[in-house]
Amino acid sequence: MINYLIRRVGYGILILIGVNLFTFMLFFTVNTPDDMARMNIGGKRVTQDAIEKWKVERGYNKPLLWNAEKPGLQKLTDTIFYERSVQLFAFRFGASDSGRDIGYELRQRVGPSIALAIPTFLLGIFVVIVFSLLMVFFRNTYLEFWGVTLAVFLLSISGLFYIIVGQFLFSKTLKLVPISGFSGGWDLFVFLALPIVIGIVSRLGGEALFYRTMFLEEVGKDYVRTARSKGLSENVVLFRHVLRNALLPILTSTVAVLPLLFLGALIMESFFGIPGLGSYTIDAINAQDFAVVRSMVFVGSALYIVGLILTDISYTVADPRIRLS
Amino acid sequence: MNHAGMAVRACRAALVALCCPAALTLSVALSGCDRVENNPHPSGSEKTNTMFVPFSQRSPKYLDPTSSYSNDETPFTYQVYEPPYGYHYLKRPYELIGRTAEAIARPRYLDKDGKDLPDDTPGDQIAETVFDIRIKPGIMFAPHPALAKNAQGEYVYHAMKREDVADKHKITDFPATGTRELTADDYVYAIRRLATPRIKSPSFSTMAEYIVGLKEYGEAIVETDKAMRRDMAPTDRDLPFLDFRKYPFAGAEALDKHTLRVRVKGKYPQFKYWLAMTFFSPIPWEAEKFYAQPGMAEKNLTLNYWPVGTGPYMLTEYVENRRHVLERNPNFHGETYPCEGEPGDKEKGYLADCGKPIPFADKVVFDIEKEGVPLQAKFLQGYYDSPAIERLDYGTSYIVAMGDDAKKDKEFKEKGIRLPTTIEANNWYLGFNWLDPVVGKGNTPEQAERNRKLRQALSIAIDWEEHIAIFERGQGVAAQGPLPPSLFGYRSDGPSAFNPVVYRKGPDGKPVRRSLDEAKKLLAEAGFPDGRDAVTGKPLVLNFDYLSAASPGTKAVLDWYTKQFAKIGVQLEVRATDYNRFQDKMAKGSVQIFFGGWLADYPDAENFLFMLYGPNAKALTGGNGENSANYQNPEFDRLYGQMKFLEDGPEKQKLVDQLIEIVQNDAVWSFGYFPTSAAAYQQWISNGKPTQIVRNHISYLRLDPELRARKLAEWNQPIWWPIPLILLALVGAILPAWFAWRRRERETAARTLATTGAAT
Repeated sequence: MINYLIRRVGYGILILIGVNLFTFMLFFTVNTPDDMARMNIGGKRVTQDAIEKWKVERGYNKPLLWNAEKPGLQKLTDTIFYERSVQLFAFRFGASDSGRDIGYELRQRVGPSIALAIPTFLLGIFVVIVFSLLMVFFRNTYLEFWGVTLAVFLLSISGLFYIIVGQFLFSKTLKLVPISGFSGGWDLFVFLALPIVIGIVSRLGGEALFYRTMFLEEVGKDYVRTARSKGLSENVVLFRHVLRNALLPILTSTVAVLPLLFLGALIMESFFGIPGLGSYTIDAINAQDFAVVRSMVFVGSALYIVGLILTDISYTVADPRIRLS
Repeated sequence: MNHAGMAVRACRAALVALCCPAALTLSVALSGCDRVENNPHPSGSEKTNTMFVPFSQRSPKYLDPTSSYSNDETPFTYQVYEPPYGYHYLKRPYELIGRTAEAIARPRYLDKDGKDLPDDTPGDQIAETVFDIRIKPGIMFAPHPALAKNAQGEYVYHAMKREDVADKHKITDFPATGTRELTADDYVYAIRRLATPRIKSPSFSTMAEYIVGLKEYGEAIVETDKAMRRDMAPTDRDLPFLDFRKYPFAGAEALDKHTLRVRVKGKYPQFKYWLAMTFFSPIPWEAEKFYAQPGMAEKNLTLNYWPVGTGPYMLTEYVENRRHVLERNPNFHGETYPCEGEPGDKEKGYLADCGKPIPFADKVVFDIEKEGVPLQAKFLQGYYDSPAIERLDYGTSYIVAMGDDAKKDKEFKEKGIRLPTTIEANNWYLGFNWLDPVVGKGNTPEQAERNRKLRQALSIAIDWEEHIAIFERGQGVAAQGPLPPSLFGYRSDGPSAFNPVVYRKGPDGKPVRRSLDEAKKLLAEAGFPDGRDAVTGKPLVLNFDYLSAASPGTKAVLDWYTKQFAKIGVQLEVRATDYNRFQDKMAKGSVQIFFGGWLADYPDAENFLFMLYGPNAKALTGGNGENSANYQNPEFDRLYGQMKFLEDGPEKQKLVDQLIEIVQNDAVWSFGYFPTSAAAYQQWISNGKPTQIVRNHISYLRLDPELRARKLAEWNQPIWWPIPLILLALVGAILPAWFAWRRRERETAARTLATTGAAT
């Protein structure tokens, strides 16, 4: 297993370099450093001098990927790509293009992101599993039919619609929760109640159908028939036996997502004014702040790789037959 | 278990299911009738003397007075900093008064030998103007760590090392604070700092032309700074303290502790307006030294985020893109609410607080609100006291919405929302690029005449009255010339109020737009009868360079423009790009027709007419000049050159009239309109007079927290009854399933019992 992990971490680093390169290429195909300078400086201050100065201060006056003028190894290292990427691997994010400290912002914003993401995730899993198991339990009855219909209906509606209707209904009309905002302490619950409910409902449809398929596959197997013939009640059969065996595909989708919870839900945070990492990323994209965007992409990729490695490890825990090598 | 037993158990379960939500609702409802659930601010805060306003998009970028120039920064900079002059809050036309200055300084005119000249000397004979400004004694800075001194009189925080700053992220992390008196040297320091190469000051290029010695000083400081940073990498963030006390120059000096002298080249009457802008805020050297220490810049502990001033408020909280808080400055020297204004102010209640000490509000909290819909919703719920404290477009859009929708009208009126209107010094126009061969100047006198007729024809065709009616819902006034009504130089009986090229006098004396036939006639004289070139027969196609990318929102207005040109047979091609590209095109002078606007920096006719002055042409100044149409007219330039030296008076009025007549005849702009501006305030905010020129207006707003708390409770009573209903519906959906499950579980047992029971 240790060899396996080392190998995976090695691949992970290669992937991170590749992702970094790809983000870099994408970003600079759309923007040149001149454009970024102009956007950042803004308004009447934009003269060619100011743009040059801005670029020099941030190291954007170097060539993008290949510096033909420098000797030897410096051809590769005296470029924007190298200078800005190497620091990332040491998790030193430096300053954003507008001069703010990225590392500090990340640490400040992780809290609100987690506060929203974890309850949504845990409650969401619980609700989805119960819902899909119920559909399996009541298969071939009217309940299953209406359950599937409801799931398809929920799946077809855009998440944005839920947000807008939710805010309109619960905040504006019924005046039960604030429209948006955030604060620490006990008030947290009031601000997060609506986003959590909307987060669960918007994912319910698709995931319930997926889980239902997994469970139905298991339910058709021999060991389930054996369990029933032994006289076990239906809920024991489902919750104890089917669930455990259907766990593998479920694990794939949930454990991999776990680290990404840190990144926050971009749209949810924007609409509900939650100062998390998601809204930080969106702000940076709008402001064309490359330093922040690449940091967030790097962090996201690293977390995703960690998540996938964790998923593989969780397989060995869930299913003793699996050995990693 | 027989059926009866099952039924009983089912009923019991249903009862429990019903009672729980009911009990929940009851308990919550009884817990407090005036409890609101949807307050985004800490509960109880609505009863305090705190104003809540939103800010949109993101945090203001520059709070450093040397570089701050953007509208969204002004609520902070003008409440914290005090330039020498300010504007009287109520008087219109706007009147300059002293803020830290005892009075508006009378300029002294000198000739090239330094001898005094009489006041009525013609402007071009004056070599230098001297402003001696008396600063009021006893003004203290707001408490700040940079000014903190220990018992021995040494500065507590001026010798910090990197480790000392490691755990500090905001200015309130420094426990000790201090203060001292404001002196003229602080203003001198600030003026010298305009030349700093480390920050770009938008005012520097203009000020370098006027303040004696500033241009050369700027070049010298660049060298000094370079020498200082010779051994540093350009990406180093900890720059050594550039102490401007060490580098004097002739244009600004402190004659004594409370007298500031500024020397200006030639005669520049508009200089007094610059002294009301935050570029001339006093900067204590201690703040610069404090912020220049190692490690401060990367913690965002700089003048850009934490200003140091003498104004009525100080910035105590700065959470980027989330919240900013201004709190009352305990050391504020004190000001009183004005007792006079313009006619009509008394009736509107603006003079009720005459003589009272300001600022009224203890705290102003700015929360971020990125989307327009939640912003308006929260404003209507009462959780914001104004939708935008520094802009007047929300109020106008609300008035428009009220006109469209009777329900909205009712809601706004019932909630007593105040929407005071004004016509501000703000215009929108359509410009013709003078450098363009078709609509511009023209290479020969005959071509010039034809082009002029073309522009005049188009000016008649573009129906701005219709534009205002459709797109601004009537909230605006069609412009007759480049000057808006609220400035000196605008005469309601002069050329500024009547454009004879585009209008004729109607039966009641009001301007009536000339007919399309006249426009077509002019078009024919221009060489394009019925919109086709008289020589080649090709249709006339003109290009409209729009300043933002085409989107569903702009489609209607772009279609409207196309229709206006089509009225006389001219085809209009819209070239819409994003704003960056548009600015590029303008800087290169490659546009043909464009849409532009201007918001006055200061209330002087010169600030609008300078947009038509030849040397300010955008294409000739690398995009820096404001003459976007690149208009060149020697006669205009000559008269402008005379006008700009004059103080407001009959002579200036005469020149302004002549200048306006010239541009009306040349029709280089289709003059567009002046939008109505309206502020929006809740009913518990008093003294909210709409203004875009007075930026330190927050101190004059008084709020009634009791009224606010009452209205919030009244408007935001939570409605709980749908919740138990939803729960009930869920229970109702599950109940049959539960029955089915129980039945299935007992089926085998029931069958077995039935067969064995039958057997025994």
